[in-house]
Amino acid sequence: MPEKFGFKLDLKTTGPFLALITLIIIGMLVNDAFLSTGNLSNILARSSFIGIVAIGATFVITAGGIDLSVGAMAAFISGCMIIIMNSLIGTIESSVAIILLAIIASAGIGALAGLINGILTTKAKIEAFIVTLGTMGVYRSLITYMADGGTLSLDFSIGDIYSEVYYGDLLGLPYPAWVFLGVAIIGYVLLNKTVFGRHCLAIGSNEKVALYSAIHVDRVKTMTYMLQGMCVAIATIIYVPRLGSASGQTGILWELEAIAAVIIGGTVLRGGYGRIWGTVVGALILTLIGNILNLTDAISNYLNGAVQGIIVIAAVYLQRGAWRRNKQ
Amino acid sequence: MAQKQAVRALVNHMKTSRLRTRSQLLALTLGLIILGVGSVANAQTIGVSIPAATHGWAGGLNFHAEATKQRLEAANPGLRIVLLTANSASEQANDLEDLLAIHHIDALVVLPFESAPLTGPVRNVKRQGVFVTVVDRGLSEAGIEDVYVAGNNAEMGRVSAQYIKQSLSDGGDIVVLRGIPTVIDEQRFDAFMAELEGSNIKVLDNKYANWNRDDGFTVMQDFLARFPKIDAVWAQDDDIAIGVIQAVRQARRQDELFIVGGGGMKEIVKRVMDGDRLTPVDVLYPPSMIATAMELTALKFLFNVPISGRYILGSPLITQENAAEYYFPDSPF
Repeated sequence: MPEKFGFKLDLKTTGPFLALITLIIIGMLVNDAFLSTGNLSNILARSSFIGIVAIGATFVITAGGIDLSVGAMAAFISGCMIIIMNSLIGTIESSVAIILLAIIASAGIGALAGLINGILTTKAKIEAFIVTLGTMGVYRSLITYMADGGTLSLDFSIGDIYSEVYYGDLLGLPYPAWVFLGVAIIGYVLLNKTVFGRHCLAIGSNEKVALYSAIHVDRVKTMTYMLQGMCVAIATIIYVPRLGSASGQTGILWELEAIAAVIIGGTVLRGGYGRIWGTVVGALILTLIGNILNLTDAISNYLNGAVQGIIVIAAVYLQRGAWRRNKQ
Repeated sequence: MAQKQAVRALVNHMKTSRLRTRSQLLALTLGLIILGVGSVANAQTIGVSIPAATHGWAGGLNFHAEATKQRLEAANPGLRIVLLTANSASEQANDLEDLLAIHHIDALVVLPFESAPLTGPVRNVKRQGVFVTVVDRGLSEAGIEDVYVAGNNAEMGRVSAQYIKQSLSDGGDIVVLRGIPTVIDEQRFDAFMAELEGSNIKVLDNKYANWNRDDGFTVMQDFLARFPKIDAVWAQDDDIAIGVIQAVRQARRQDELFIVGGGGMKEIVKRVMDGDRLTPVDVLYPPSMIATAMELTALKFLFNVPISGRYILGSPLITQENAAEYYFPDSPF
């Protein structure tokens, strides 16, 4: 029955979009302010952190791995960036040069942190869950140590200039949203149009078979963790200028939000199937829920977590409709 | 504990057996002297158990605890202070067991992570004959602690509300950002609302911002999008206030409202000192209360000064005039 087949495909790809549209309609009903340009641009800028991290996570999960260290890593990289920038004041004249140096350092640290996660999983043969749980603890402690238990603050002379990266906009769209879009496009091409992307899918489907098919499994998996590390670095680069500070509280639970965004978007947690645009929509959905709850006092503050949980499950239920039908 | 048991064993031995030789007697006496010295040093071990530095205020708490430990130990060579920090209530319960079993503490200064889950563990410590000082968060059962040192959460809410009432004498619309759903937050919020009752100040809405900057920023952005007119913001906490300030600036609405934070974070106190219009005041809730508690407990053991009782620290309004008194540039908070 071709009709049924068409509907099946439809749900699998459009499920997350349907959930997003439903949420947008709810938002409009809840408060007129929801559709104001200010609010919409807030949502886009806000979702970019989790969104960019989640695009990295899409690769890791598609290739059958998991990375729990991303939130702590983001906090650690934020701290490093702030320390680097503060210590360069006075030695380098131009603030812009200092910021650029910190951005380069950030990307380097992110890639290195990913490399460590990757090598520990592939070469030391430790489960990714344990490796990244361990590095999560390490980075979380390091940021607390670096900040002396308090908060690291970026010097105002640089903060004022750097803040443009978060607060500025191009054609009405805030810069973080552009960065998010850019990372998503690159991620889409990488996952769907390159050999690397196909290898990720193959490894996630069946690692043994991938190995026998002469795929460099260890190398590809390590690269997914490095990609994740760089995505965390990019998220950090647009996070730091927002408040110019980092503390032990930075990036708390980002790992779970990123994983949730990936799964809402249709990627399968056990690997072998990944969707970048789904992840983008997943990140938007998560941000929207928080935003809508803030725009209304109809729901008790105490129940926010329950509402979030139900919507996340409902969104995934919608999108898994196709898988269920496949089984029957 | 082990030493006490050894002494008891020795004494029993002396009672039950006849001492045959001089040397045996000498050995016993020497043994007693050594054990005796050991237990004198033991009598001056204070265990301090506090939450780890996971947010700004707790960072200040850790800073003051560490500084007080250094100061007390340097001034009193016989005094040993063991400082343990915990990331959760259950971790803190383990810490209390360790303090008792490994460090043989004679006094405990504890800032409970949460009141209810730690009441039992602290009671166990008390039953071992340890002097107990509870800080900030009271236990769920009365009569366990010897000393209670705390800030006044209700007063903090009240003082904030009084200032907002005075400043908006013609009435106005305000929004409230709350902390984490806990007793502390509840007490502050309830006292704040009670103080506003009957006034012409309207609370548009209140939302949790979890005592951190990111959530303060996000919640305030949404408040700004939702309410075209906001005259004042009660952020309750200085970390939240930092996020609120950025959100207000982004929306370019810094001329229409002011923000009242809380805690006494150095960045905010500095702003108050400099006469910033956006943050004209702050309300103190001092993380240095741990220092008060530790010093008090040490007094008891060093000079046997009577100290048992309840010490409630005030939550004064920090204004431009008195801000210098509350400014600690070296503290992380």
